[in-house]
Amino acid sequence: MVPVLVFAAISLVTLGGAIAVVTNKNILHSAYFLVLAFVGVASVYVLLEAPFIAVIQVLIYIGAIAILIIFAIMLTRRLMSKDMEERNQQWIWAALGALLLFGVLGWLVYNANWPVIEAAVPKEPITLMGEELLSTYVVPFEIASVLLLAALVGSILIGREKDQESRSAE
Amino acid sequence: MADLINLIENWLEKLMLGWGASQELSLFILQAIGSVLVVIICFAIVIALIWVERKLAGRIQDRFGPNRAGPFGIFQSFADIIKIFTKEYITPEGAEKGFYNVAPVLAIASVLAIWAVFPFAVNVLGADIHVGVLYIVAVGAFGILAILMAGWSSNNRYSLLGASRSVAMLISYEIPMVVSLLVPVLLAHSMKLSDIISAQQPWWNLIVAPLAALVFLISSMAEIGKAPFDLLEAESELVAGYHTEYSGMKFGMFYVAEFLHQYTVGALITIFFLGGWGGPLAVQWPILGFIYFHFKTFVVYLVISWIRLSLPRIRIDAMLNLNWKFLIPVSFINLVAVAIADRVMLEFSVARWIYVGIMFGLNIFILLVSLFLAGKASPEVERETFPANRPVAVPPGTESK
Repeated sequence: MVPVLVFAAISLVTLGGAIAVVTNKNILHSAYFLVLAFVGVASVYVLLEAPFIAVIQVLIYIGAIAILIIFAIMLTRRLMSKDMEERNQQWIWAALGALLLFGVLGWLVYNANWPVIEAAVPKEPITLMGEELLSTYVVPFEIASVLLLAALVGSILIGREKDQESRSAE
Repeated sequence: MADLINLIENWLEKLMLGWGASQELSLFILQAIGSVLVVIICFAIVIALIWVERKLAGRIQDRFGPNRAGPFGIFQSFADIIKIFTKEYITPEGAEKGFYNVAPVLAIASVLAIWAVFPFAVNVLGADIHVGVLYIVAVGAFGILAILMAGWSSNNRYSLLGASRSVAMLISYEIPMVVSLLVPVLLAHSMKLSDIISAQQPWWNLIVAPLAALVFLISSMAEIGKAPFDLLEAESELVAGYHTEYSGMKFGMFYVAEFLHQYTVGALITIFFLGGWGGPLAVQWPILGFIYFHFKTFVVYLVISWIRLSLPRIRIDAMLNLNWKFLIPVSFINLVAVAIADRVMLEFSVARWIYVGIMFGLNIFILLVSLFLAGKASPEVERETFPANRPVAVPPGTESK
């Protein structure tokens, strides 16, 4: 009974936060509600006894992505003004697309044949995961690293180019 | 007597079971009591720390420090608490009320949350999760969120500037901090805090990995956001940075969060590099472990205070250069070198003292080489030259008589 109540409370927070993200007028408030939704998702992972994924969720989604979004909003002056419209004429198409996506995902989740493993969760799941990542799944792991490195170099390149242009213009 | 905390816990549990409470309920109540106790002890420590800090600052700056309320001014903090509680709360016009009020709570919660996983003695543990180290790193993000919230919601340019600086600093210094934390994890082969402490029982990580300890000390001092890294609340430039507009207890919460953060960093260094609760007889007498833990933490706290009271504020470009051009490369090289050395020596199963000696030598070698390279790479500092007739009180270059 208690786990169900806890799950209900967490779901309420997550869904409430997610709804507040899209309905809020102030975009910075939306960003902070997004953080709330992420906290809710992390709590669900804790309930599922997956502390590693929960902590990673907090670390990456709140510690990196949410802060990046908030910082970008704070540095963009026009987004912060009070008369900013949160919708344009295309909202109806966006809503239709979102509904369609929701329908497809819902159908998938409902009809998918989820595999269930009878064995208990191993005692040291992180150790196992690390070993698997560096043995069986080493190629995807390395490809992901190279992708991240490429993104890093690309972002530095974009930043530098702009800097030099503005300097030569002076 | 030796195991006071568990003695009380067992007695309480038996008492509650005797009253007819279920096993889960009594466990829940005990855990609730435990977490409340940790919070209360933290706040009590902060009250003492503020007095110590001010007295120390006074001595270092050649003055007395608080000396009116009680002997040696011990009751100064209590007078300040009463003052801060009775002050008016001022909310600036145009402030975002909700965010403005939530920010100080979030700031203090983000620091207190770290204490949830600390092992205080051999059998007095917080939540001893498998991902303790990652948890500590992850929870720190909420502190940055709180600073951003406070800076933005105050509707004050100085606050916003302080918050923007905080992001540039806190996020970039998180990288060397996390990478240097990986070294103790690597040496203990575990991210569990209790494993990290028991792995360094005879030989502390300060001896096995001194370079990681140094990088962690510097980068976590930047994370605290006090001098020499107090750019986010630089008095001479930004009034008080992100908490300019706060008054009364709301300011007090930021203040307490800052002091508690410094003590928490002391605790982290104790856990990762100074053997945590370890010490003579700490296993047989857990209560001694508790005392050792807080004693070591306090010593580290004093060292941090000493550094920050002795050094002037670092310039913003120098701050970023120190991080990106020195700390990050050094910490990565250190991590790779330690990983290789650890693996090779485990393969050959060398004696423990040789292992420690080689690790220590390797760390010192990397530190010296990187300091030498940094000295070579940085150009000779060119002092700004002033025109001869520039009206200054003491023209540069003149000897003081």
